[in-house]
Amino acid sequence: MSANIDSIYEVLGRVTDPEVPVLTILDLGIVRHVEIQHDQVVITITSTYTGCPAMDMIAAQIRMEMAAAGYASVKIEQSIRPAWTTEWMSEAGKQKLKEYGIAPPDKRFSIPEDGVGCPHCGSNNTRLISEFGSTACKALYQCRDCQEPFDYFKCH
Amino acid sequence: MKATLDYILHLADNALILGQRNAEWCGHGPVLEQDIAISNISLDLIGQARSFYQYAAERQGNGSTEDTLAYFRNERQFRNILLVEQPKGDWAYTTLRQFFFSAFQQLLFQQLSTQADERIAAIAEKSLKEVNYHVRWSSEWVVRLGDGTEESRRRLEQALDDSWPFVNEMFQPENFEIESAVQVNELQVAWTEKIHACFSDAGMEIPVTTHTRSGGKKGIHSEHLGYILAEMQYLQRSYPGCEW
Repeated sequence: MSANIDSIYEVLGRVTDPEVPVLTILDLGIVRHVEIQHDQVVITITSTYTGCPAMDMIAAQIRMEMAAAGYASVKIEQSIRPAWTTEWMSEAGKQKLKEYGIAPPDKRFSIPEDGVGCPHCGSNNTRLISEFGSTACKALYQCRDCQEPFDYFKCH
Repeated sequence: MKATLDYILHLADNALILGQRNAEWCGHGPVLEQDIAISNISLDLIGQARSFYQYAAERQGNGSTEDTLAYFRNERQFRNILLVEQPKGDWAYTTLRQFFFSAFQQLLFQQLSTQADERIAAIAEKSLKEVNYHVRWSSEWVVRLGDGTEESRRRLEQALDDSWPFVNEMFQPENFEIESAVQVNELQVAWTEKIHACFSDAGMEIPVTTHTRSGGKKGIHSEHLGYILAEMQYLQRSYPGCEW
């Protein structure tokens, strides 16, 4: 049984966030539980933000990947408590975000303000442009040194 | 004790109607970053509404879903407060109203997150993380406009005159709230302190309440709700069950 659970996680590791395609749903920490009940696989996921429009798409992608891997019966359940937090994001995920050009969540900036490290040049001489960025989970910044704008994945 | 269906709908309707109102700014915000900000807040509110409607639909049964609750109820069945259905006005009105509402939601959700109805508590706990952003963003705008130019100041004062009669309704408990674990009338002192702290920075004063408007929680709305519902419900009313 444990081998099966492992192989399900392997499949889930191929599902990426449609808005931040460099992260898998495992990196994001939104897969909360995987269980095999009789012939059915029950996967419990949680949303990042309540209104995140990517959630329905992620659920659809999980179904597709699971079907492609030969799992005929899959049930996806949503949980809201405990509320998702960026604490659940993997270290590998944070590194991937940075390489992708998005500053990863940084506890020193749990409330976004000037100084988040620029993912392009590494400078901390940066300014907050808006606490609300291109998606619900990000804030918009600009680096005063390399001048590049960048997204910051907010602590949540 | 579990919340009543009316109470869940009240929480959902407040979030949905303000979310729908704010969405009118999408593509019309004063600058791109603020257009994105208000649209994000809109999305958060609609997300909250969905969570509450899903719960309400489960409680109601009979085939009701989050969609039937949002799209197939009439004005008199909506339980939102009048404040959230008022037209979006100018940027001063939108941000001031958001501040009044978000400051209220923050206090309400802090208490709801520990109450006995676990589903309500879970939604409140999750939403609170987002509401904290809304409070910060909207209060910063109140300060910026109050302490800005002559025109921004004039517009904020006008927005205050226009919105103030509606704030009292938040703290007047309806029957379905009295049965709830959180007494809204007890939140008014803390709410007023939050407003006062922000207004001090903005150089504004809390006005004297001369008259108040209410009725939304009973389903007796201003003329504006019908127009929002007409626009929001049009597609599902014309093509019931239509999907993308």
